[in-house]
Amino acid sequence: MFYREAGQYNTTYEQDLQAFPIKQDKIGIAIWLVLAYLFVPFFGIPGLEYGFAMNAIMIPVLIFTITTIGLNILVGFTGQISLGTGAFMGVGAYACYKLTSYFPDTNIIILILASGFVSAIVGALFGLPSLRIKGFYLVVATLAAQFFLEWCFIRVDWLYNYNPSGAIEVPQREVLGWIVTGASAEPMTRYLVVLSILVFLAVIAGNLTRGRIGRSWMMIRDMDIAAELIGVRPLTAKLSAFAVSSYFIGVSGALMVFMWLGAAEVESFDVNHSFLYLFMVILGGLGSITGSFMGAAFIWTFPIILKELGKSWFGINATVMENVSLVAIGVMIVVILIAEPHGMARLWQIVKQKLRIWPFPH
Amino acid sequence: MTDFLYSIFVGPFADMIALPDFLMQVLWEGFVAGVLYALIALGFVLIFKASGVFNFAQGIMVVFSGLTLVGLYELGVPAFMALIITLGVMYVLAFSVERFVLRKLVNQPDIILFMATIGLTNILIGLGQWIFGGETKTMITEQLWLPTGSSVWEPNGGLVIFQHIDIAATVIAVLMIVGLGFFFSYTKVGRALRAVADDHQASLSVGISLNQIWVIVWFAAGIVALVTGIMWGARSDVSFSLQIIALKALPVLVLGGFTSIPGAIVGGLIIGIGEKIFEIYWGPLFGSGVEGWFAYVIALIFLLFRPQGLFGDKIIERV
Repeated sequence: MFYREAGQYNTTYEQDLQAFPIKQDKIGIAIWLVLAYLFVPFFGIPGLEYGFAMNAIMIPVLIFTITTIGLNILVGFTGQISLGTGAFMGVGAYACYKLTSYFPDTNIIILILASGFVSAIVGALFGLPSLRIKGFYLVVATLAAQFFLEWCFIRVDWLYNYNPSGAIEVPQREVLGWIVTGASAEPMTRYLVVLSILVFLAVIAGNLTRGRIGRSWMMIRDMDIAAELIGVRPLTAKLSAFAVSSYFIGVSGALMVFMWLGAAEVESFDVNHSFLYLFMVILGGLGSITGSFMGAAFIWTFPIILKELGKSWFGINATVMENVSLVAIGVMIVVILIAEPHGMARLWQIVKQKLRIWPFPH
Repeated sequence: MTDFLYSIFVGPFADMIALPDFLMQVLWEGFVAGVLYALIALGFVLIFKASGVFNFAQGIMVVFSGLTLVGLYELGVPAFMALIITLGVMYVLAFSVERFVLRKLVNQPDIILFMATIGLTNILIGLGQWIFGGETKTMITEQLWLPTGSSVWEPNGGLVIFQHIDIAATVIAVLMIVGLGFFFSYTKVGRALRAVADDHQASLSVGISLNQIWVIVWFAAGIVALVTGIMWGARSDVSFSLQIIALKALPVLVLGGFTSIPGAIVGGLIIGIGEKIFEIYWGPLFGSGVEGWFAYVIALIFLLFRPQGLFGDKIIERV
């Protein structure tokens, strides 16, 4: 009754090509944006303490959404499995750290966006083997990237400015008089910066995947030999996918350290994190930008909710809950894969389809 | 510059010739590590051949079985009783994986099955830590009648130490591989397994139950995991960090080919020995810790020239 495209006609080609052709979708997106920009920064999440809601839930979820979109471009749209995500985030983070120490006066947001390019170059480099190998063999190639880069983060002390602790610590930086990074930055400022970058990158990702490049990625995914015969160049398609994906991942890595953690060591970029991001992509839905939002939010908040429930309702201690949530996430993954291999994005589509014919389904 | 070239191309070899007994020691250590890599890779290959599933959980199965064994012993179960119960646990695991995961995911794309095994990894890590605690445990070597201690061999005034547990590990691994070989070649179930590996539909049509075969093959992989867990646990300790080491089975597989048992063994030995030699003789050049990525980089370079591995089936693609 409320969600129906009946009566909405596209009369120009521009209308036909828009990202959200249905009026209700536009309203929905507008509501989300208003909530994200005007409600959350001032009130947090209702029922939760403001600082906790911001630092433990909203900021990481937004950052991981960027990661998930990036990984989804590679795994979901181009069909190349990667387990090097954690390390590529690290590349972004360390690159941003080096950039801030070389250009202390430059706007930090520009530096964060620039550090993604470093990770894009590294990503494209490690994407080169994908031209010869595919499938699970590629997993090994990306694991090589993961472990090699992790080793670099420990051994190459130039990367952390010869800091004896081996960690990178975020300096304080201001943008237009607002403190954006460092220990004294307000959660609200950091949240708004992360949110704006996410919106910016999500629009880019949405348009890239709808457009010519995105179609060539999907052709490579569906059948690379056939795509090659039609005239898609595998070299450009695969490497551009690796580069774009690593750009997103690198930016999210820089954001993770600069806007959320404040300081980081190798452990923040290890292979277990790579798995976590892969879970977000799979559960959210392969090849769906909307799904990336859902996957990141779900995988991040689910253990937190479980932990809180266990503590406050059943009085179980935190270490046990940690293990319970590991098991629960494992079970959830298997269950969702069995119930709906296309992830939460497909569930959302089904709901929309049902809404379309509600309340008279026949 | 000449110093650098010297330290890459000449120095290490000079070291090798100067101290042949040390070289022997390094080779032996690498050999044993390689045997253990090969065992983990063997578990992967068994499952991959029979069900086409890339079983990411093989590494954690090694840890889980080792933990169960030690955990049961610490609860007061006699050592060999604990071994039998652990075998039972591995069977239950194989059975429930088949019943609740594989059977429901038939005909899904490979990546979905792969993801499901990552989910399984999570479940096993959580369960293992929940039941037996996350701390490092010592393997019950003596209680299982495995030898401890070491012998010394002195060729021409040199000194090479052989840990008895390493010798035992090698012998047991060889026995197990030979045993599996016989099982595959001469028993009815083994023939059925090979048939399934060859062609799922054809084997279904001659009356082989795929579901049964999957349980058997996962159980076999579980037994291999248990043996690996015992051996590896006896060399170091039983802890969850073994899982990362177990990931090294992936480059081994790449080297040997996903579908070949001899490939897994040869690949394991190449990786094990190569890694040790590189770490000892060339490692200081790069700063230590090279072992962490050397195997993967070798595999990566190898893949560029021979994507199907040493012994793997040739990849043929059609449109």
